[in-house]
Amino acid sequence: MKRDRPAIVAEGLRKSYGKTVALDGLDLHVEEGTILGLLGPNGAGKTTAVRILTTLLAPEAGRAEVAGLDVVRQADELRSRIGLTGQYAAVDEYLTGRENLEMVGRLYHLPKKQARRRADELLERFDLVDAASRLVKTYSGGMRRRLDLSASLVFSPPVLFLDEPTTGLDPRSRIAMWDIIGELVSGGTTLLLTTQYLDEADRLADRIAVVDAGRVIAEGTSGELKARVGGERLEITLEQAEGIEEAAGVLERYAHGDGGVRVEAERRYLAATVAGGAGLLAAVVRDLDTAGVRVDELGLHRPTLDDVFLTLTGHAAEPGVTDDEEPRDQKEIA
Amino acid sequence: MSSATNTASVRPRLPGKLYWALADGLVLAKRNLVQIPRIPELLVFATIQPVMFVFLFRYVFGGAIDVGTESYVNYLMAGIFVQTVAFGAVSTGVGLAEDLQKGLVDRFRSLPMARSAVLTGRTIADLVRNLFVVLVMLLVGVVVGFRPEASLAGWAGAIGLLLLLSFSFSWIGATIALLMRSTEAVQSAGFIWLFPLTFASSAFVQTDNMPGWLEAFANHQPMTQVIDAVRAFLLDQPVGTHGWQSLAWCIGILVIFIPLSVTLYRRVAAH
Repeated sequence: MKRDRPAIVAEGLRKSYGKTVALDGLDLHVEEGTILGLLGPNGAGKTTAVRILTTLLAPEAGRAEVAGLDVVRQADELRSRIGLTGQYAAVDEYLTGRENLEMVGRLYHLPKKQARRRADELLERFDLVDAASRLVKTYSGGMRRRLDLSASLVFSPPVLFLDEPTTGLDPRSRIAMWDIIGELVSGGTTLLLTTQYLDEADRLADRIAVVDAGRVIAEGTSGELKARVGGERLEITLEQAEGIEEAAGVLERYAHGDGGVRVEAERRYLAATVAGGAGLLAAVVRDLDTAGVRVDELGLHRPTLDDVFLTLTGHAAEPGVTDDEEPRDQKEIA
Repeated sequence: MSSATNTASVRPRLPGKLYWALADGLVLAKRNLVQIPRIPELLVFATIQPVMFVFLFRYVFGGAIDVGTESYVNYLMAGIFVQTVAFGAVSTGVGLAEDLQKGLVDRFRSLPMARSAVLTGRTIADLVRNLFVVLVMLLVGVVVGFRPEASLAGWAGAIGLLLLLSFSFSWIGATIALLMRSTEAVQSAGFIWLFPLTFASSAFVQTDNMPGWLEAFANHQPMTQVIDAVRAFLLDQPVGTHGWQSLAWCIGILVIFIPLSVTLYRRVAAH
């Protein structure tokens, strides 16, 4: 692979299933050795994108290169340079964990001994040694995912695709999976990861591409995306209803952008978008004190990716919300 | 479809393609074979059904069926063997449909392995399984009075033809699975074509007692040819043209259904 070439490039990918448009001109760009998080709700086109980039599906229009190879014209060669872990664990239930990995090794055309050695290494690394000789149908969901992920690593592919690697896992297995994924990429693998979980993209990805209705609607680091929503949010809850006007007056002086100050009198709550960090916080406290306002809670919050998604798409990134043919119907939620 | 043409355009650059197609097929055949003892109920049912046919025809209908000078049980067993391997085509289809539904095929399609391997692996494994079931049926046959008189060459001919039929019908089963996709549909569609071929044949009765139009069909369809050839081999009778005709049928089926199912397989995108 050439150094100066991005590991994944997609330009104007289009694909539809009957009347449903899955991809509507998707562009992607992933530098070697980095993680791109493809973030979007169900039905946004994430899986279709992964299927095209892993040669399982041909696009109707557009082009894509992975590891410098065209996903359509050089599909055969490309398959030995990618690993794919799909949404459902694609492992054989009636084989043991070790047999599954050895089989995949053999299908990557590793000699028998090497396939066995590689299987042992991976079982060790993914904490499956004790279960190695058990049939996979006795495995828990988390174990299956780990086995599935290790199957995609058998050939140490330079580019790895993980399609919703933690969907359906319990919180503990999910965190374990995150640790594993984190380690993977420190080894130099390029990774494209799809997720509908904002915290997952936030935690794992170097850059995030927000996908909605088959298109990338925003791309950047999680910090950059958050910055698009505006600065930090200052939130104040008062001890009593009196003084809320005075407090609003103080906040007014610090409010940044065109949002102004939000006041919810019955909750004794005020909020405003601000810029200025911790120094500003001290100043606000001083001013509130001078104005004689008694504060119950005061805090500065960085916007979450949820806020980002809401701002960008006009609807929440709620799984399943846009799982129908007309994703934009959900606009009024915002 | 574009995906089919793509792969074709890359093909000439890869030497040893045939070697890998076979090697990959054997890896998957092994995978399918080690599963057989792990899901024993499948094998048990695959065996119980023909055993019931043996008892049904040997003891219930047998007395009322006239097959000339030969004892009925000696006549019957060739039909049972052929029916057994033919019905194996349904298992081929069901197994393939299950792989397609479980997403395993997605993994296989993302690997740098031969496209045909999932199919060859399945059909080769089913060939081995069918051989096993035929041996069990042979034992059952001997228990109920079957007395073959075949020479060594006769045994080789009979078993060779049975395996060839098993293999070629498996590819028909695979094609049906790739067209239907769902296991339930494959289960029923898989049997529909087999029933007329099995019963309108010389498996259980002589065809000359059938009405003229049915007799004509029965005498000219592949199962009758194979049954007659296998029966002649086992009972040390002249095989006549049945051997060659069986061979021609099986090869013809393979020539059509191997490329057909491989093409269909390339097009299968799980959804």
